[in-house]
Amino acid sequence: MAATNAMTASITKMQESGVRSQESEACTQDTGEQNSESRILNPESRIPNPKPFILLQTTDEDHHVARMAAVALGLTLLEGAIPSPLPGVKPGLANIVTLIVLVRYGWRTAVWVSLLRVFAGSLLFGNFLTPGFFLSLSGALISLLMLSFARHLPQRWFGPVSHSILAAFAHISGQMTVVYFWLIPNAGLAYLLPVFAAAALVFGILNGIIAARFLKDN
Amino acid sequence: MFLPYIKVGDWLIITLSTGLVIYLTLTLWTGELADKAVIRSGGKVFREVPLSHDQTIAVPGPLGISIIAIEHRRARIASDPSPRQYCVRQGWLQQAGEIAICLPNQVSVELVGSHKRYDSLNY
Repeated sequence: MAATNAMTASITKMQESGVRSQESEACTQDTGEQNSESRILNPESRIPNPKPFILLQTTDEDHHVARMAAVALGLTLLEGAIPSPLPGVKPGLANIVTLIVLVRYGWRTAVWVSLLRVFAGSLLFGNFLTPGFFLSLSGALISLLMLSFARHLPQRWFGPVSHSILAAFAHISGQMTVVYFWLIPNAGLAYLLPVFAAAALVFGILNGIIAARFLKDN
Repeated sequence: MFLPYIKVGDWLIITLSTGLVIYLTLTLWTGELADKAVIRSGGKVFREVPLSHDQTIAVPGPLGISIIAIEHRRARIASDPSPRQYCVRQGWLQQAGEIAICLPNQVSVELVGSHKRYDSLNY
């Protein structure tokens, strides 16, 4: 943990020095170098004072959220490689990250990580704004809503396993609602519900145990 | 090996949700999925239609025409010339074995699944 913090600090320091070096370069343009920056800073440009590039000010927390979302994304990709007996039945490994973030850094960070994972994951898989994307999004939103209540359960008796199971059930109920009211308005959908519920239970318990293990080890 | 990670309340949640899964399975899977409707007129099979797509069917009988509607894997008699309208008031039929009979007009709708569990059901 200390090592990663040091890394974050060094990144921020590098970015700060980067800003300074850009500014100093802007003052002394006549270096003769033909790199991309000097082309942007062309004195014949009609745009007065062109900025070399936009540098977003990021905090340590942003880096942390990004790192966690990246881990979640990796798990999502990994999961995509696992064959599934029934479309829609997935272990939801990325939710392990959400569970850990929820306990360690709170609900707001968990929302960030979860939604970043949904959006970036859909871009990676190429299903942004397709029905599949809206299914993940609805599942994630309902789960987060459920977690916002579940995390207030007394910690002495309820751990990540409870959070995981509750979120998994919320996830499938959100998805089934979207499927029923938007994609397949057919009562026959009810016959799949026991399968999805059983999957939610099994994977909810497993993910919860994995998350609890990580939380206890560190 | 997993046990130290599951707390007392977690066991409660696991038990409750297992109960929920069992309940869902029992309620949603025991009533056998009806997959077609057998429409009879005057004792003879008039048509056998799958429940998979929505449609309305007009069935002629001695008193007039009965309209049968199929929607969302359910079937009902939407209108009928019978005086007491028993079969219309019966509403939607959903499970295999359910039947609506319009006696005066000699029209009936029966839902059947892949295999027949009962000769008839009455309420």
